[in-house]
Formats: sequence, C-alpha cells, structure tokens
Amino acid sequence: MADNERVPTVIADEAHIIYKVHQAGASSSSPLASFKRLATRSKNSNIREVHAVKGVSFVAYKGEAIGLIGTNGSGKSTLLRAVAGLLPVSRGAIYASGQPSLLGVNAALMNELPGDRNVELGCLAMGMSPAEVRAKKDEIIEFSGINDKGDFSTLPMRTYSSGMSARLRFSIAAAKQHDVLLIDEALATGDAKFRRRSEARVRELRAQAGTVFLVSHSEQSIRDTCERCIWLEAGTIRADGPTDEVMKEYEAFARR
Amino acid sequence: MPETAVAETDAGLSPKELARRHGLSASGRLPSLPDYTRQLWEYRHFIRAHSSAKMTSALGNTKLGAVWQVLTPIINAAVYYVIFGLVLGGHEEMPNFIAYLCIGVFVFQFTQSVVQTGTNAITGNLGLIRALHFPRASLPLSASLVEIRNFVVAVFVLMGIVLITGEPITVEWLIVVPALILQSFFNVGLGLFMARYGSKVRDVKQLIPFIMRFWLYGSAVLYPVTKFQDLLSGWQLQVVEANPLLVYIELMRHALLKEATLANSPAVLWIEAVVWTVVVGIGGFVYFWRGEKGYGRG
Repeated sequence: MADNERVPTVIADEAHIIYKVHQAGASSSSPLASFKRLATRSKNSNIREVHAVKGVSFVAYKGEAIGLIGTNGSGKSTLLRAVAGLLPVSRGAIYASGQPSLLGVNAALMNELPGDRNVELGCLAMGMSPAEVRAKKDEIIEFSGINDKGDFSTLPMRTYSSGMSARLRFSIAAAKQHDVLLIDEALATGDAKFRRRSEARVRELRAQAGTVFLVSHSEQSIRDTCERCIWLEAGTIRADGPTDEVMKEYEAFARR
Repeated sequence: MPETAVAETDAGLSPKELARRHGLSASGRLPSLPDYTRQLWEYRHFIRAHSSAKMTSALGNTKLGAVWQVLTPIINAAVYYVIFGLVLGGHEEMPNFIAYLCIGVFVFQFTQSVVQTGTNAITGNLGLIRALHFPRASLPLSASLVEIRNFVVAVFVLMGIVLITGEPITVEWLIVVPALILQSFFNVGLGLFMARYGSKVRDVKQLIPFIMRFWLYGSAVLYPVTKFQDLLSGWQLQVVEANPLLVYIELMRHALLKEATLANSPAVLWIEAVVWTVVVGIGGFVYFWRGEKGYGRG
C-alpha cells in the first residue's frame, strides 16, 4: 500500500552536465601565444569544459533520504546543483517538484558583515518576507550556537572559524521549509554537539516535507540519515539501492 | 483510490511522462516574463538588503565609513575646480563653467559606475548564484541601487556647488527629479544588459575603460555642448546630439543652470530622454531575462 503511493519528487533523465571553467595561466600566456591561438582558430585553452555528470538517471520519492557517495571529484556536488536548478543541464533533463534548495557549506555570504546581518540577507535570498526574517532571526542564531562563546553574531563573518561559519550557513538554510532539500557536506562540519543537533533538524525537515539528498564523506552521517544511497563515480551511477548494500560495495571499492 | 490507480500505471512510463503525470517541472526552465517580474518584485526586500549590505561592507573598513558617500563627490568636484577654475581660469564664452562641468561629470559618472558594477554583478557573485535560488536580476538591480543612492547624495552636493557658484534657486530645480528617475531607469537597463553581456564575454571588461572614455568625450562633459554645432551639421549633428548621456546631462543643466546653452530645445530633450529610457530600460531587462537560467554555468 505505502509502496503504491510513492510520489516522485525528483526525476533525472539521462542528465549530462558540462560546465565551463575560465582559468588563467593554464597554458602559455604570452601575448604571442594567445595571438597564435586566435590566428590558427584553435580552441581557447583558457576556457575548459568539464563533463562532470555523464548520463545520470534516477527517481527520488517523497519521504526518502538519499545519500550521494563517491570519491572526490565524482560529480556529486555538481549533480546536486543541477537538481537545484543552479547549473543548467546540457543534455537530458532533471524534473523536480517545487523548488529544491541547496544547502551547502560554500554558500557565499558577505564576510565583511556581522553574522546577524548575514542571517537577514540569507533569509531574504531564500525568499522569506522581512516579517518572517525578524521572527526567525534569533532562533537561527540560537540554533547555530555561535553565541555560545560570547557575542559573536555582531562580529564580522571574517572573524569566524570555518566551523562557526559553516554552522551559521547550515542554520540559515535549515530555517526554511523545503520540498526537496539538498545538503552538501554540511553535516560534516561543526563539533559533535552541533552535528547531533543538525542531524535531528534534517530528520525533522524530512518528516515535515519531502525528499532529502545528502552528500557527505562521513559514512556515519550517511548511515544515520539515509536509507537509500546512490554511488556516483566519474560522473556515472555505479550503484543505487539500500544504504547497507551500496555502502558495502563502495567500501570494497575504496579499499582497493 | 485515485492515487493508487495513478501509481499503478507509473510502471513502464518514461521519466518524462512520469514527471508530467506528477506535475514536476524541469529544473532550469525559463519563467515567463510576467512571472519573472513578479518573482523579482517578491525579492525587493532582498535587493534592498543586498545593496545596503554591499554599501556597508565596501566602506566598512574605512575610518570615515558612510561619510565617504558625501566626501567622494565633493573631492571629485574639488579636483575639477582646481584644474578648470584655478589653473585654467574658466572658459571665456561660458558663464559659470565650473557648475556646468560638475553637472556633466556627476551625471556621467552615475552611468559609468552602473556600467562598471553591472558588468561585475554576475561574474563577481558566482558563489552566491551557484548556492542560492533567487531571480538573478536581483544582483545587477542591487548594484544599480547602490549607484542610484550614491547619485542622490551627489545631486545634493551638486546643488550646493551650483549655489556657491552663484546660481539662484528656481522652480526649474524641480526638473531634477524626473531627470534623475529617467536616467535611473536607463541605467538599470544598461546595468542588466552589461551584466549578461559581461558574463558571456569576459573580455568586454578590459574594453570598458576605453568605451567609457570615448563616451565621455562624446557627451560634452569637459567642453561646451555648442562645440558640436560649430563642427558638425545635418544628420551627423543629430546623431551626436541624440547620445543618451548628452541628453541626460543637458536636462540636468537645464534644471540647475539659469543661462545654459542647450543642445536642443527642452521639449526635444525630454522626448529623447523618455525614448532612451524606455528602449534601454525594457530592452536591457528582456535581454537579461532571456539568459536567466545560464548564469550559474560561469
């Protein structure tokens, strides 16, 4: 019965993602060499295309928490960004219900501004109204725990330790109700106390709404939060199934 | 149960059909122009907060802080006063050349800074774009808003300079308001255009200083606008005098100076200003919206 009522929330259909990287000084950068490159119409070596995800297909259902695993650079974060609609798909398609939100540790906030101003700004950028922001602001700062050791929320973000700013970012993103929540390594940061709190929050979000995707290198947090796992390797899916089975295969692969 | 019936037929559907059945939309699909405008309106608080955050963070590590907003235009005017007022001793055929010059410089700089910050609005915020979901036009809009705020301060400084140099306060000063609004919309459109263009062709950033210099010399900022009438005639003069920045500068001079010789009658200037504002304002917005989904690619 429950199985029959599964409602898909994210569908990836043969999705390919290629992004361009502008890089300085990769090849010979003398004016003469650049001119030669233009004259011979050879490809600009300053712009490189990275084929990060190569034909990925899966269906995610409501109420699932899916872990994305894979070695560094296997395209996990890129895939999440495409699901969130932040990176365009080059071929194939990704369908999603509502607007998936990506919760990453590298969400850029303004380092010159104090934490509480960044909370306001981040909430507004997620589409909250000023009244909601005012209502949630203290709760967010409280949850992040940055004020545990003195009044840090009024200090510029650049004075924060990397753990503290990651916690603040997570707290901002987790303040909103999401249909599809994409979490990129966020749980791996922060101390044990914060990790427990954030895992509880993820479970809460999952219960309230839709689907959670989690990218993490921490085997423990994947096992704790996800019952399904997708193993991505070099842009393609190696395995997709229950966490235990996929984890076992992945561990066997990683030991080699 | 209808839900069960739907779910049972799910098996064997292609992903595309499955997505359609459950009402999923392709992520990265372009919203319609009215939808996009509505989204942008919902993000107005973000745009305002982002622009004031940028202002404070830009001036945050200076001692004087927000005082620089007033100080920058004053110093700017002082430089021109020293060169053109003291060293070169004014312009023979121009009454009150310093006020004339300052109006041109300030109005021109308004557009110039919007072009510069607009070009960076997308390329400089890729981290934010790749992390959060919001209408991308918020970024060039917030950049333009910073410059609009700066310009409003500059206009008050300008009024002070005009008064000091001996111009009377007249009813025509009220013209400043519509002129400022028209130029602001023109600049927003231009900033949006530059934001998308600059994100596609990074090389344009290297050319902007030269383009802006050329535009400066073509907008009668540093010399009387009547120079054009002495040198050009016919369609050539028409083309040069239709330059939008020249039009906005002339309107501002018309508002603040009692005896300014204008390039055209005020009526013609107003028509030109409105046409430029509508064309560039709407054109820039549509051009930016067309690229909405590609900005994350970098």
